[in-house]
Amino acid sequence: MKLDAGRLLAVVRKEFRVLVRNRFIIGTMAVLPLVFLATPMIEIFRLSPGVPAIVVQRLAGSTFLLLLVIPVIVPAAIAAYSVVGEREQGTLEPLLTTPLRREELLLGKAVAAFVPSVAISYLLFALVIVGSQLFASNPAVASALVQSSQLVGEFLFAPLLAGWSIWVGIAVSSRASDVRVAQQLGTLASLPPLVVVALIDLQVLTPSVALALVFGVILLFADVAMYRVVSAMFDRERLLTGSRSGAARASRASG
Amino acid sequence: MTLAHPAPPGSAAGPPALQIDHLTKRFGERLAFEDVSFTIAPGEVFGFLGPNGAGKTTTVRTLGTLIAPTSGTAVVAGVPLTPDNGTEIRQRISIMPENPGLYLRLTVIENLELFAGLYGLRNPRPRIDQVVDAVNLGARGRDLCGSLSKGLRQRVGLARALLSEPEIMFLDEPTSGLDPVAAREVHDLINGLRERGVTVFLTTHRLDEAERLCDRVAILNTRLRSAGRTEELRETLFSRSLVVETAMPLDAPDGAFNQGAGVDGWHSDDPTHYVLNVSDPRVAAPAVTRALVGAGADVISIAEARHSLEDVYLELIDEDPEAARP
Repeated sequence: MKLDAGRLLAVVRKEFRVLVRNRFIIGTMAVLPLVFLATPMIEIFRLSPGVPAIVVQRLAGSTFLLLLVIPVIVPAAIAAYSVVGEREQGTLEPLLTTPLRREELLLGKAVAAFVPSVAISYLLFALVIVGSQLFASNPAVASALVQSSQLVGEFLFAPLLAGWSIWVGIAVSSRASDVRVAQQLGTLASLPPLVVVALIDLQVLTPSVALALVFGVILLFADVAMYRVVSAMFDRERLLTGSRSGAARASRASG
Repeated sequence: MTLAHPAPPGSAAGPPALQIDHLTKRFGERLAFEDVSFTIAPGEVFGFLGPNGAGKTTTVRTLGTLIAPTSGTAVVAGVPLTPDNGTEIRQRISIMPENPGLYLRLTVIENLELFAGLYGLRNPRPRIDQVVDAVNLGARGRDLCGSLSKGLRQRVGLARALLSEPEIMFLDEPTSGLDPVAAREVHDLINGLRERGVTVFLTTHRLDEAERLCDRVAILNTRLRSAGRTEELRETLFSRSLVVETAMPLDAPDGAFNQGAGVDGWHSDDPTHYVLNVSDPRVAAPAVTRALVGAGADVISIAEARHSLEDVYLELIDEDPEAARP
């Protein structure tokens, strides 16, 4: 695969320009994180100093879980729009008539969804940490939120979950006939990795740096595999006519 | 059907811009087009005509590497049409679909910047300014495409197609929905492209447009019905004829017309209006004139009958049983 940086950048720049002028996407990117930020912050501020340690740990775990829902939902909303949105606007065909390779188009769209999603996730994470350090009435909560296993998990899982969510969203978008359907299906299909995150954050699996790293590696492989699946699914002929090309069939048959 | 046809203009100068041999595309059981063969010379404006559903857009998409052919071969801008050559072919051509497909939330310039980047133009701004001026959009460059009229969007689509200075431009119904003035501007642009040696593959329903702009035309109705210069198609399909109009009905038209050299037969739909089948109007017209004057007829006019491209098109499509479908 030979990627052209100029073409890739052109797609990324266009995606950002379209993104910032799309009220629906901007609304999704703004409202959802605020909702997911408000709930744990209220709980953190309300927790009195005398509660048992297990309650504190559970609150810290559920806070991280909520924060990790953001890099799943936000990119899903953006990525689900990426292909079916172009098709609905009639912009897909002109794009496909250019020398742009499918990998460049997919990666360009992925980068444009990845950067704001991960940036928002890290920003909210920072707000929660700073807020809890400054204003939490129970100092144990502030300590629980800066445990090394949780920090590694947050920094590692946010981009990897976003990557998974983006590829799933683009895959759904490539096959969907309607933006809303794509967004609903894309969001649903993005959620399964959160189950493991939930098990760690809710301490069903004992959180540790090693466990976070192992799960991070698994997520990384899953992201790469999903990218390959999406790349193989992205067939110009199918996108334009609904029929798979002979070339795509031959490519699939030959593995 | 493979049609033998004369070599296109300029074919002696070098390899063809586009060469298609027995190209066929099926979507499962459905046939889009079949056994299409023709050649287009560099710098030629080639009209591609046919009824709705004839396979015109699918042919363009196939040649633009958006769709894989089921069988047959093609060479586009000197590059064989194979899955591996898609990027190289697309680098050398541009396609303007019927719907220009602009990003409505981006300005004209931003739309063009995107495509300049996709075609790998270094320092694209002067080129963007050039194409914006070429389509008379200079004052609207900073406007959002969503605020433009259909005609202006069509112009932006044309500017986009011009950006990369392609060897072949595929224009799919470029004047669809445009008012006469805007359509005339598009025609002028296409003529300008011809003068600059760009090969234009023009898909259109407007037969007057094809007749005015195209060096040659092909008529497709799933299979290629005919291809050639408009004049050649007329001569192939219609016998040449003279139309004679007189002030009063002729007393003995047989006598008058049989005296004229080269008149193969005649018929009349109106008492003062006669259509003469002739082999060479330039020879027959003076002889017929002399005969009519000699017979004392008051001749109002004698002229060669002209068949339009529309006549050719309808003749070819009408004789095709496929076209009889509703």
